[in-house]
Amino acid sequence: MEILRKPREMDPVGLNPKPKNTKRLIQKDLKKNWFVYLMALPVVAWFLIFCYGPMWGVMIAFKDFKPLLGFADSDWVGFKHFIDFFTGPYFWRVVKNTLLLNVWGIAFGFTAPIILALLLNEIRSSKFKRTVQTITYMPHFISLVVVCGIIHIFTANEGVVTQLLSFITGKDYSSLLGYSNLFRPIYTFSGIWQSIGWDSIIYLAAMSGIDPSLYEAADIDGVGRVKKMWYITLPQISPVIIILFIFAIGGLMSSGYEKIILLYNPLIYDTADVIASYVYRRGLREASLSYSTAVGLVSSIVNFGLLWMTNTIAKRRSESSLW
Amino acid sequence: MKDIMQPKAKRSRKHKSIGDRVFDWTNYTVLTALTLVCFYPILHILFASVSDPGALMAHKGVLLKPLGFTLDGYKLVFKDNSLLNGYKNTIIYVGLGTLVNMVMTILGAYVLSRRDLYFKNFIMIVITITMFFGGGLIPWFLLMKDIGLYNNLWAMILPTALSTWNIIILRTGFQSIPKELEEAAVIDGASQFSILVTVILPLSKATLAVIFLYYLVGNWNSWFNAMVLLKDRELFPLQLLMKEILVANDATATTIGSAGGVVINSAQSSTAFRELVKYCAIVVSTVPILLVYPFLQKYFVKGVYVGSIKG
Repeated sequence: MEILRKPREMDPVGLNPKPKNTKRLIQKDLKKNWFVYLMALPVVAWFLIFCYGPMWGVMIAFKDFKPLLGFADSDWVGFKHFIDFFTGPYFWRVVKNTLLLNVWGIAFGFTAPIILALLLNEIRSSKFKRTVQTITYMPHFISLVVVCGIIHIFTANEGVVTQLLSFITGKDYSSLLGYSNLFRPIYTFSGIWQSIGWDSIIYLAAMSGIDPSLYEAADIDGVGRVKKMWYITLPQISPVIIILFIFAIGGLMSSGYEKIILLYNPLIYDTADVIASYVYRRGLREASLSYSTAVGLVSSIVNFGLLWMTNTIAKRRSESSLW
Repeated sequence: MKDIMQPKAKRSRKHKSIGDRVFDWTNYTVLTALTLVCFYPILHILFASVSDPGALMAHKGVLLKPLGFTLDGYKLVFKDNSLLNGYKNTIIYVGLGTLVNMVMTILGAYVLSRRDLYFKNFIMIVITITMFFGGGLIPWFLLMKDIGLYNNLWAMILPTALSTWNIIILRTGFQSIPKELEEAAVIDGASQFSILVTVILPLSKATLAVIFLYYLVGNWNSWFNAMVLLKDRELFPLQLLMKEILVANDATATTIGSAGGVVINSAQSSTAFRELVKYCAIVVSTVPILLVYPFLQKYFVKGVYVGSIKG
């Protein structure tokens, strides 16, 4: 930000020798490192085409894009699509669902691996520890499609989870993915099943770096295990937790639409349809290209805003931040 | 090391308070329960895939052992041409894709690990921005169509050729190599390319293994780009066919015949067999990647560590 505010150095007459030096520096650099730049070429080209290309294409959000007319000849419509989205019937539904699904994700999905790591850290038997780790890592390697297939099987009429839920509650459930109020738990807890072990690795790594003298001092004072966990382990890994939390908030509006597309159906759109799945459906299934680009743009702006906000708060409150 | 540790462990066991013992028991119980919950779905699928289809249909709830034994489901899966073709496609996409991934990532990481590059910061900024901003799905899709990647084998390779995160992990690995080793090679008159091949790459084997595996698993499991960009069934990778078999919630998906094109002859043409085929297809599509995993677990874990140092 500060760089932008600085006035540009004016040098209309060319008296300042600096540019010349820069030029010579660049020439020298190009001569010496030409091969490295040749190597950088495909990488930079890839980023320009596959990452910056779509950024440029975002301008169709302000146009009435017709594939037959092409980018240049489609008419400009200003903020029409944005206004359509904000005033449309689905605005609140998709925003609410996106936020709530992520609140669930942070409340349960984000904390679960931390708890697992804390518990694993207290295990002395390395054989038991390794067994738990090996098995809980496994679901991470199962593809998303298969995981969702398993969810479909387990929540079908006769599925294990359906039967279990009917048994516990005493009510008869048919296919669970047909109930709006069950989508968030299914989505969140299947996510925990798939990633709890894997996500705990990073916390275990952080725990292995804690200075053992801290625990020894606590032992001398006769501090119990739970208290050590709470007052030593947790504060010691908090920088890692904060960084990952910032990432989690930053991904708030965009996460997991592939999984939603694989799980939802029109019956439960009222809780399952999020911004990203709405963009996918309107854009690629119903071909409202400009409109869904506008919706996507809104979500990525909000995303970045959230990331920036969390980072600022984290910076003020603690020493860990992304930038 | 063991000799020093043992007396200490014994001593602490003697001094265990009641509270600590309760804590230990709870801890072991909770973790055992969690492990069983994590493992059960995998067992269930395995048991179901060899069960008698009729008995499987009649069965409700938890499955603790196979119901009867039959390999008919697997026979059907391996006889199915579209699935076999999907398998073949996946192997091509994974092989070619991972190769492109590795070459591109090595190039990117090498460039960014150079200390004396004038435009290094510029390249770094160009790359970092993409971690926070993107154009979104629709502009991306239109671009892919414009540059001819629609319904094309390269649609499975080029759009996913690089991952910014992996570039950064590998760059961190490259930077940890002592400068002196490179300088010695420079004095010997080695070119920059030969420094990369003879000094840097051999010294980064562990990190290379990590990102190789990340890409491998990612490519094997990828399906979304295939669904969006591929139209021709001949080009479909295994995961997209799996989606058709397992997830039939999408009204517009073209599910040909029963169970995603698996040909079931009329005598067996029952829902029971269709169910059985689901389980077998899950096993057949997942086993290769799960077999890779135990052998390489330590590398994966190491990779997360490397990433965490960066983070």
